[in-house]
Amino acid sequence: MLQLNHIHKTFYPNTPDERQALVDLHQELSGGDVVTIIGSNGAGKSTLLNTVAGSIIPDEGDVVIDENDVTRLSEQKRAAYIGRVFQDPKAGTAPGMTIEENMMISLGRTKRRSLFRGVTKQLRQQFREHLATLEIGLENRLNTKVGLLSGGERQALSLLMATFTEPKILLLDEHTAALDPSKEELILRLTRDLVERHQLTTVMVTHQMEQAIAFGNRLWMMDEGKVIFEANDETKQDLTVGDLLDQFQAIRGKKMANDRALLTK
Amino acid sequence: MLQALYGAVESGLIYSLMALGVYISFRLLDFPDLTVDGSFVTGGAVTSVMVVSGVDPFTATLAGAAVGFIVGCITGILHTKGHINPLLAGILMMVALYSINLRIMGRPNIPLLNETTVFTMVENWWQTLNLQGIVMAPFEALGIAAYVPNSLDVLVAATILMIIVKKLLDFFLRTEAGTTLRATGDNQTMVRSFSANTNVYIVVGMGVSNMLVAFSGSMVVQHNGFADVNLGVGMIIIGLASVIIGEVLFSFGSDKIVRTTLAVILGAIVYRMIYAVALQVDFLEASDMKLITALIVVAALVVPNWLGQTSAKQQYKKSKANAAKQEARQGAAEGERSHATAQSHS
Repeated sequence: MLQLNHIHKTFYPNTPDERQALVDLHQELSGGDVVTIIGSNGAGKSTLLNTVAGSIIPDEGDVVIDENDVTRLSEQKRAAYIGRVFQDPKAGTAPGMTIEENMMISLGRTKRRSLFRGVTKQLRQQFREHLATLEIGLENRLNTKVGLLSGGERQALSLLMATFTEPKILLLDEHTAALDPSKEELILRLTRDLVERHQLTTVMVTHQMEQAIAFGNRLWMMDEGKVIFEANDETKQDLTVGDLLDQFQAIRGKKMANDRALLTK
Repeated sequence: MLQALYGAVESGLIYSLMALGVYISFRLLDFPDLTVDGSFVTGGAVTSVMVVSGVDPFTATLAGAAVGFIVGCITGILHTKGHINPLLAGILMMVALYSINLRIMGRPNIPLLNETTVFTMVENWWQTLNLQGIVMAPFEALGIAAYVPNSLDVLVAATILMIIVKKLLDFFLRTEAGTTLRATGDNQTMVRSFSANTNVYIVVGMGVSNMLVAFSGSMVVQHNGFADVNLGVGMIIIGLASVIIGEVLFSFGSDKIVRTTLAVILGAIVYRMIYAVALQVDFLEASDMKLITALIVVAALVVPNWLGQTSAKQQYKKSKANAAKQEARQGAAEGERSHATAQSHS
């Protein structure tokens, strides 16, 4: 479903600030795979996600989604294949517009936007049904401005908008990091439900090791632009946070340099 | 005075087209577009030149609006493809259009007094169909005919035009494309992440905005009976003042599209009324109006902020006073306690 073929990306090449963000990254996900990515700050997690999304164009290598080479496609064209939830709950929705208008815009991901009426009665009914699955009462607030929702509600809506049109790939960029713990749990549960319901191939970056182990069927640990450790269906079962930290130290000969990762283990 | 106010409503309706254009760029696209000062005149220039050379005034008006659309698209392209800051892109277009407008007109001023314009045509229809009598009948029945102006033709025609434009705009802004256009001004990252080309929406949105502005310019020129290359000076501020007045007075806290477009239209009319009243005041001259307009906009931008700040300051003071009181109480209680322990020790 998703192939990353020998991807290289260097920021600020030939300057003192030169930094290799991705080094010969070669990975593949099959349909329905859910991979969590952990790693220290600057390990290349976000670069990887942005390379898939098209906000960063790799220096070398290709990105293939469902057998389409999308490496040269612009971010917005590529978005036809990709659903995305950002870390900032404000990033994924338009605050000045209503819930139903926001959902209508997300529908346009897969088709051309017409000069016909946007939110029709039929659509409204559909939106209501989808919103009801979140079980946080948004289905009764279709005409509420999204800017008036709480961070958790906004993130839940972003998540629904990114998933209900069934993208080929779902990208989650530390999408629970900016929420308080109770909301974090809610969003994580909703993510699990939605990913399962739509059988979405998912890439989730997280800074919480426990979350990374509990969620999905695969796990990549990244450092210095490479995947240095992976776990799949079988090996992920028995993985613990201690194992991950030991692995990291064994491979890298240093402690994981991520305050947040340590704090939240 | 009464006649002046009727006149104000008339021109308010015509200028409200421009205000709607400014509303699209400023409010919906979050693009402070100074092209307006130029494109308003461009619409008028194209129309007046065509009318003078004998083209049907309706065609000439549409042509003026169409040129406005192109001009707006160019501003949009300067910003999206040329990565020029929105304000600067607008200023560049405004300056460039001054020369272009002079080229179109060939001279700084074109009189239209003896030409056939959309308004003279409306007047003719009005007379041949004897609509005045029909429209006046209810007023006469009520005995208030004396308070109604002698010619309602322009007022009625402008109202009908405005209703049509408003309906079309409301419809467009609620279509799939229109909704996405509004979202572009709200959160571009999000719109792009749902596979919409925000550049296209900005360019088309600026086109529609300046099309309305040029349409308004073309109507104003025909209404005034002359085109002048300086007609557009300060137009953007007039548009902004109309939008702000409308939002403050008529939106009643709702920001639904249908309500807001109505508010903007009414705002343009109220602006013209203020203008008419100001002209009646002896010590004010027509040329002072730009200053008054600027003051209205400054007040509308500053006063809400200022009110918010004072209330925040008051709250801060209050909470500080409360804290001080509490501290004093605690301090007193502690003082007593220490006093008591000191006593018991002795």
